[in-house]
Amino acid sequence: MNIVVCVKYVPDATADRHFEADNTVDRVGVDGLLSELDEYAVEQALQLKEKGDGTDEITVLTVGPEQASDAIRKALQMGADKGVHVVDDAIAGSDSLATSLVLAEAIKKIDHDFVVCGMASTDGAMSVVPAMLAERLGVPQVTFGSQIEMQGKEIRIRRDGDAATEVIGATAPFVLSVTDQSGEARYPSFKGIMAAKKKPVETWSLADLGVEAEKVGLSASWTQVEDTAARPPRSQGEIVTDEDGSGATALAGFLASKKFI
Amino acid sequence: MSEILVLVDHVDGAVRKTTNELLTIARRLGEPSAVFIGSDVSAAADQLKAYGAEKVYVVDDAEVKGYLVAPKAEVLQQLVEKTSPAAVLISSNAEGKEIAGRLAVKTDSGLITDAVDVQPGDSGPVTTQSVFAGNYTVQAKVTKGTPIITVKPNAATPEQVEGAAEQEKVDVTISDAAKSAKIVASEPRKATGRPELTEAAIVVSGGRGTGGNFEPVEKFADSLGAAVGASRAAVDSGWYPHSFQVGQTGKTVSPQLYVAAGISGAIQHRAGMQTSKTIVAINKDEEAPLFELVDFGVVGDLHAVLPAATDEVNKRKG
Ligand SMILES: Cc1cc2nc3c(=O)[nH]c(=O)nc-3n(C[C@H](O)[C@H](O)[C@H](O)COP(=O)(O)OP(=O)(O)OC[C@H]3O[C@@H](n4cnc5c(N)ncnc54)[C@H](O)[C@@H]3O)c2cc1C
Ligand SMILES: Cc1cc2nc3c(=O)[nH]c(=O)nc-3n(C[C@H](O)[C@H](O)[C@H](O)COP(=O)(O)OP(=O)(O)OC[C@H]3O[C@@H](n4cnc5c(N)ncnc54)[C@H](O)[C@@H]3O)c2cc1C
Repeated sequence: MNIVVCVKYVPDATADRHFEADNTVDRVGVDGLLSELDEYAVEQALQLKEKGDGTDEITVLTVGPEQASDAIRKALQMGADKGVHVVDDAIAGSDSLATSLVLAEAIKKIDHDFVVCGMASTDGAMSVVPAMLAERLGVPQVTFGSQIEMQGKEIRIRRDGDAATEVIGATAPFVLSVTDQSGEARYPSFKGIMAAKKKPVETWSLADLGVEAEKVGLSASWTQVEDTAARPPRSQGEIVTDEDGSGATALAGFLASKKFI
Repeated sequence: MSEILVLVDHVDGAVRKTTNELLTIARRLGEPSAVFIGSDVSAAADQLKAYGAEKVYVVDDAEVKGYLVAPKAEVLQQLVEKTSPAAVLISSNAEGKEIAGRLAVKTDSGLITDAVDVQPGDSGPVTTQSVFAGNYTVQAKVTKGTPIITVKPNAATPEQVEGAAEQEKVDVTISDAAKSAKIVASEPRKATGRPELTEAAIVVSGGRGTGGNFEPVEKFADSLGAAVGASRAAVDSGWYPHSFQVGQTGKTVSPQLYVAAGISGAIQHRAGMQTSKTIVAINKDEEAPLFELVDFGVVGDLHAVLPAATDEVNKRKG
């Protein structure tokens, strides 16, 4: 079965992430990378492929700026077969509705049996794109899978919900999203890194997808950010060193002074 | 005044505290209408009335339960068409956000997730979000369609204002397509006897520094009436269930008091607790990054400090 894995290129969480004057994320001035949570999606796709009959093909799909090709390359190094990069200046500043629209149109153009996503991006972190894709594509959503099993076209996942742990079942085609509990993602091997250089990556524009530029991007988005502000840094309070129980007494004293006891 | 639809978050009619908060926010924006999807509205009715629901739309869940997310989005879509609300408010948990996402696509409306505040504005509700691991605060609004907003726990102090809570049974049709992801099995989470992690006023979390022994963490939590949380390192080691993980890929908490014991303070952990009012850390390494955020810190061995602090708290409580 052919699989599309959606991966996002995100600013490094350990770097100084910030906003531009127009309140969009600076995606160029900060080092970016393949969202760590999407590595789990690539990993599960690879595992499902490895259990298959060998004819399967994994396409990694990203919507993002030029640099987002780094995210595709990493996924190809891990073992995916080919890449599709949707890049168009008109997409910059898109919100979740616009992004999911572009992704859905791209997915329709790729021969596939199902779609795999991460549980959330590490920047926007909305955890909505997979459900939106299922809605737009008219297929079942099997999301937040922490354990994934597939037999033929039937999938079963374990979903650790707020109120219950559930087993969800569906038949391909579907949109699957996987959590960071689904299994460690592999590191690219030297062989994988070399092989990735020869793997095909296609670049598509909005015109290639038949999506009108007026429908996406900052000005067309369904939401508008009015203001962004850095949170004032927390100032460090009192630090005591425990000596023979003094730490516990001081801690209880602090909690009492704040009326927590 | 326009209606504001509030999707009731409940388990078998037991309404969660976040719904009271949503109703309180809804009252700022218009007339709160609760949407109850389930078979036991009688268990929920008093609470919805007490927190100001003017209407309660009751949707029988025979066609809804047993399937993941999609049918609930169809229910809300039909109610949005029927009532033309000024906004739809949904709890910001995994399921709530997915329902909201599908509803946004269906109604061609803008979506804002994880609001920590919602206030009325000249052209619709203005939300506040806490983003980039809590390092930035963002104000946003929806510019197209019906504003669909998911709201985090503790975003408002619930206010008791009696509403009319007039019940109206609503018939909806659920498409076959929405019934394509089936819930094959379901095991309710065991009650811990402690407050719900995301709703608790106090949270005490343990990390790798516990060495796998959570007893001192739990006992200290119980002395304060707190919920227990854990770092991913503790969860990955199998010491505590994943549903208690605090952080980027776990729960976000914003309690009055957060106590971290044996947790270093990685950015992904901070993402889940940075907006707590008061932060306390116990760590044997005085260089631990979490100390940068704390209001009070103890450099010491948690296995000594926590039991002694538990005794001290119990003594002071008398
Ligand atoms: C701090 C911040 C706050 C935001 N708040 C809002 C908001 O309230 N409302 C709103 O509509 N938009 C918002 N956005 C914009 C939104 O994050 C982006 O439009 C984004 O493309 C979709 O949401 P996400 O990144 O949160 O994805 P998620 O839904 O968290 O992503 C889940 C999965 O979808 C796939 N995916 C997501 N984006 C892409 C992509 N570009 N290419 C390939 N695969 C992808 C990946 O598999 C990913 O793991 C916000 C952005 C930021 C940075
Ligand atoms: C994509 C991604 C998502 C992630 N999501 C999350 C998440 O949701 N939540 C999360 O927590 N992490 C998350 N992480 C992991 C995160 O990066 C850290 O690895 C993790 O938070 C470390 O947990 P810890 O602080 O318990 O362990 P460590 O970093 O190992 O710290 C243990 C601390 O305990 C102290 N200590 C040891 N013994 C004692 C003692 N006897 N008494 C007192 N102190 C002691 C040590 O000094 C040290 O500071 C994520 C990582 C990635 C890449």
